[in-house]
Amino acid sequence: MNNKDLLNLIDITVSFEGFLALNQLNLNLKKGELRAVIGPNGAGKTTFLDVITGKVKPTKGEVIFKGKSLVGRKEHKIARLGVGRKFQSPRIFENLTVKENLEISVTTPKSPLNLINKNIKDEQLNEIDRLMKIVNLAQKVDSKAGSLSHGQKQWLEIAMLVGQKPDLMLVDEPVAGLTDEETDLTADLLKSLSGENTVVVIDHDMEFIRRLDSNVSVLNQGTVLCEGTMETIQKDKKVIDVYLGRPED
Amino acid sequence: MSLSKIKFDKKIVLSFWIILIALIIAAPTILPVFRLNLLGRYLSLSIVALGVDLIWGYTGLLSLGQGIFFALGGYCAAMYLQITSSSEFPNNIPEFFALYGVEKLPFFWEPFRSPVFTFLAIWIIPALVAGLIGFLVFRNRIKGVYFSILTQASLLVFFNFFNGQQKLINGTNGLKTDVTQLFGQMVGSEYMQRIFFWITAILVIAAWFFAKWVVKGRFGNILIGIRDDEPRVRFTGYNPVIFKTIIFSIAGGLAGISGALYTVQSGIVSPQFMTVPFSIEMVIWVAVGGRGTLLGAILGAVFINYAKSLVSEALPASWMFIQGGLFILVVTSLPEGVLGWIQGDGPRNLLQRFGLKRKIETYPSLEINNKEGNNE
Repeated sequence: MNNKDLLNLIDITVSFEGFLALNQLNLNLKKGELRAVIGPNGAGKTTFLDVITGKVKPTKGEVIFKGKSLVGRKEHKIARLGVGRKFQSPRIFENLTVKENLEISVTTPKSPLNLINKNIKDEQLNEIDRLMKIVNLAQKVDSKAGSLSHGQKQWLEIAMLVGQKPDLMLVDEPVAGLTDEETDLTADLLKSLSGENTVVVIDHDMEFIRRLDSNVSVLNQGTVLCEGTMETIQKDKKVIDVYLGRPED
Repeated sequence: MSLSKIKFDKKIVLSFWIILIALIIAAPTILPVFRLNLLGRYLSLSIVALGVDLIWGYTGLLSLGQGIFFALGGYCAAMYLQITSSSEFPNNIPEFFALYGVEKLPFFWEPFRSPVFTFLAIWIIPALVAGLIGFLVFRNRIKGVYFSILTQASLLVFFNFFNGQQKLINGTNGLKTDVTQLFGQMVGSEYMQRIFFWITAILVIAAWFFAKWVVKGRFGNILIGIRDDEPRVRFTGYNPVIFKTIIFSIAGGLAGISGALYTVQSGIVSPQFMTVPFSIEMVIWVAVGGRGTLLGAILGAVFINYAKSLVSEALPASWMFIQGGLFILVVTSLPEGVLGWIQGDGPRNLLQRFGLKRKIETYPSLEINNKEGNNE
């Protein structure tokens, strides 16, 4: 473990009634890093996020975030420590407007008393405006989030994630169902977020991962198979066997 | 949502309010005291319905146990009235105690000699009990159907307890209030009943404003968020347990006020307030009136109960069938309730079906900018 690390997963094992969803997984993230995580279906990618965000308690192992253990903490406490998550299919509050969705994410402190007594702070309103411009939703401020297109919903959720100001952003399949153009824009957006933030992106889309131009971890059967740049992993024999497949001759 | 739609909604809400307030003001002069008393009772029921709307319509917690808090409020009021009117009875304690050979007042009756304590107890005790039940249930992440079953089971526990305690609170007979005295007046008298009607009318409006204040803004948005996607709220850093406990407690407090007002206007509080069908009816009022509209809860409670009394007078056996039919109708064809249907596209769709209104064919995005949209 190293002082520059934001997150360390140490020997994480998750067992669902004997089935090992994660098997002695080790992974370290440096501050400001952008990391892509890929792997075939069932490799444990989503369980990996569940363990960090507190949805699943690891059977064995330790999660260290900013020097604190996350194991056994409640989801909302972990979120307040600075771990934000975007879900696989866009999960926004469809019955609220775009602005209300963002209000929920930028509001601090997140206590009932603060919410019922005080109006939203000006700086938070400015932050909402900024976020809406970044994701091109400024025109849709007062539209119900449920009326947005699929791509806009994905972006709204990314904006909500950014609005939470997490130190660690976990992004699960951000480009599923997006057009090529939207995919490119999302890749640029995520790249611009890293540096200041630490971002973990999970996806299947190899073009998208390549465009992120980041370090890649390949998961297989609940453990890290290989880590490195896209170039390295594409040449790795193990990865080719389980995931990328051999080019047809 | 287009601008015209928002104005349209406001107009509907405003016109309902004008009608409602006009009715309330006119009622004491045009209604005979028997009908006025019924209206007062139904208005008091609309306060418990507001609570149901807060927890179910906004937060997604379908409680089938609101009768607990309703009855607790009623008992608090009745205990005060009984104990302050017991000077001519043996041992200076309420009359019924003599039937069971009780000579000393049970300790928990003592504080109810104080009017101030009683006024606070009517809403604070039910709110505390609701808060406690809610916290234990929500902390263990019990939700959905399991939550509903648990609230119904709690209701039965309370019902059986109150039913069996003759020596403490007169068991199944309940506590009568109409022959007790309040400020030197008989509670059941016409004069007092008119006063209770006014108090109820004012409190319904106050409760509506309070509920409106609770659901507006970010607090209300979190409630809706919990209803629609609770894990998402968690991962955003909010603790849903606290929010749900608060709103369940608020609904409990409203139920207590409602129960107290209902008790003094119907003349008795008894474990019958905690029967299973009564708590389910509260949910039906809100479902028929319109979930998540607040006003729909008030209208649902008043109109369904008025219909119930009118139908029961004419065709005594048929009300249960009509009520059941109404519920099925709403669930199958008006899932948003009557008010939700009116505020949505309901009336326009109906007119269209009969060819009375031109269909609008446009893209939603055009509708926002198109000035013609304002004509709807």
